[in-house]
Amino acid sequence: MRRYLPLLKPLLFLLCLVPVARLGWGLAHDTLGANPIEFLTRSLGTWTLNFLLITLSVTPLRKLSGWHWLMQLRRMLGLYAFFYGLLHLSSYLWLDQFFDWGEIGRDILKRPFITAGMTAFLLMAPLAVTSTNAMIRRLGGQRWQSLHRLVYAVALLGVLHYAWLVKKDVSQPILYGTILLGLLGFRVVVWLRSQKRQAAVPKRKIIPIVNRS
Amino acid sequence: MLIKRPDDCPSSSITPRELFERRRDFIKTGAGLALAALLPTAQAAEKLAGRPSLYSSDETQTPYKHVTGYNNFYEFGTDKEDPAANAHRLQTQPWTLRIEGLVQKPKTFDIDQLRKLAPLEERIYRLRCVEGWSMVIPWVGYPLAALLRQVEPLGSAKYVEFISAVQAENMPGVRDRVLGWPYVEGLRLDEARHPLTLLALGLYGEVLPKQNGAPIRIVVPWKYGFKSGKSIVRIRFTDTEPLTSWVEANRREYGFYSNVNPQVDHPRWSQKRERRLGEFGKRDTQLFNGYSEVAPLYAGMDLKRSF
Repeated sequence: MRRYLPLLKPLLFLLCLVPVARLGWGLAHDTLGANPIEFLTRSLGTWTLNFLLITLSVTPLRKLSGWHWLMQLRRMLGLYAFFYGLLHLSSYLWLDQFFDWGEIGRDILKRPFITAGMTAFLLMAPLAVTSTNAMIRRLGGQRWQSLHRLVYAVALLGVLHYAWLVKKDVSQPILYGTILLGLLGFRVVVWLRSQKRQAAVPKRKIIPIVNRS
Repeated sequence: MLIKRPDDCPSSSITPRELFERRRDFIKTGAGLALAALLPTAQAAEKLAGRPSLYSSDETQTPYKHVTGYNNFYEFGTDKEDPAANAHRLQTQPWTLRIEGLVQKPKTFDIDQLRKLAPLEERIYRLRCVEGWSMVIPWVGYPLAALLRQVEPLGSAKYVEFISAVQAENMPGVRDRVLGWPYVEGLRLDEARHPLTLLALGLYGEVLPKQNGAPIRIVVPWKYGFKSGKSIVRIRFTDTEPLTSWVEANRREYGFYSNVNPQVDHPRWSQKRERRLGEFGKRDTQLFNGYSEVAPLYAGMDLKRSF
């Protein structure tokens, strides 16, 4: 599979642009329904969450399948999450608030769902900035990895942002939350197992001796 | 070599040139007609005209397709497009409206009686949704007061409760406990009797489409849209404030009055502005949705507390 990567990467790159292309086309041809601007903002938000979850599923998928080449796609997917998040934020700032900064500021302070969304975006920005190879080298692998664990907080805040926004029907946010907890839970299980294995290492050395005596 | 071709094509069966050249139009029209015969929505809706009213707004009316395609009617699903997709299953015939509670003469009306009860008017009203969008809709109906008079309310009656239909087998949304069913709304008696409060039987000159609350609904133009109950089966006069569905669902976010008020934010979003469907920018939201004539109803009340 790894040898197809040079082909797979550009293909995936284009595929990830399909949602925004469809929205652009729909906007131009007036097929986004009665309230196209709301539809646009919501869709961009949904795709931000989708890409966050897709990015977070790379590691579990890699560990379960053994397809290590998947790692080669993770950065692009993560950057697409940021790309859609940026568009989502822009549509709020422009089409929802028309750059009324006073109103935007009040919104951020007063409305928990905006507070959560804005925080998520602010946490995502440094991850996008430090996504280059040069930045990874400069930070060093360990520190880079610690920093990029922020993506867990970003995803949790993103789901919270969605859940606090809906009026009554929380079935969609619950679906997103469940998937996210599954993806994070996988990491916890892996971590717990590795802890156990480390703890088990000295025991294994001792047990045979005990058994012999 | 001579190729003999049988002369089996009489000139009478040759398609005239001008018809032949229009063959695609012909097929299109034919296919269109066949399709129209299959689609129930393509049938012309029953007309229901009303005389013009002085209460009408002269603002640009929201296109019919948006008025009937972008709805909140949770009995048919929580997406805006769900009611238009699912409401055709609503059974509207026969339909009766029962009026009871604190009244001298409880009565049951059928739709024919309701249509003849008072002269139908066309009322072009703004509709402001609590979600921050608005429409302008030409309703057909008459003041609710005309109906309420029929049952002679008792002096002890202070409120009116509106109960919507529940048809579990026809309403996919009722299976989800998003709200407590049936959908209940309510008004204070003086609000219900206000000349602006409408009993609507139609819109855009035809009987109410099912997704808009057929066959009868309430329209209270100075309150957020959810105060205007759809597909009403029962009206009850009470002496206590009715527990409405949205208040029951979330008392902190929804109040009994729910008057359109740019100064009182929904806890989770601002109500200062609204997007009129079809417009790019946003407009400032008006107190009482611009129907300032209702202000005396709330004289001396703190609208921030009684939201």
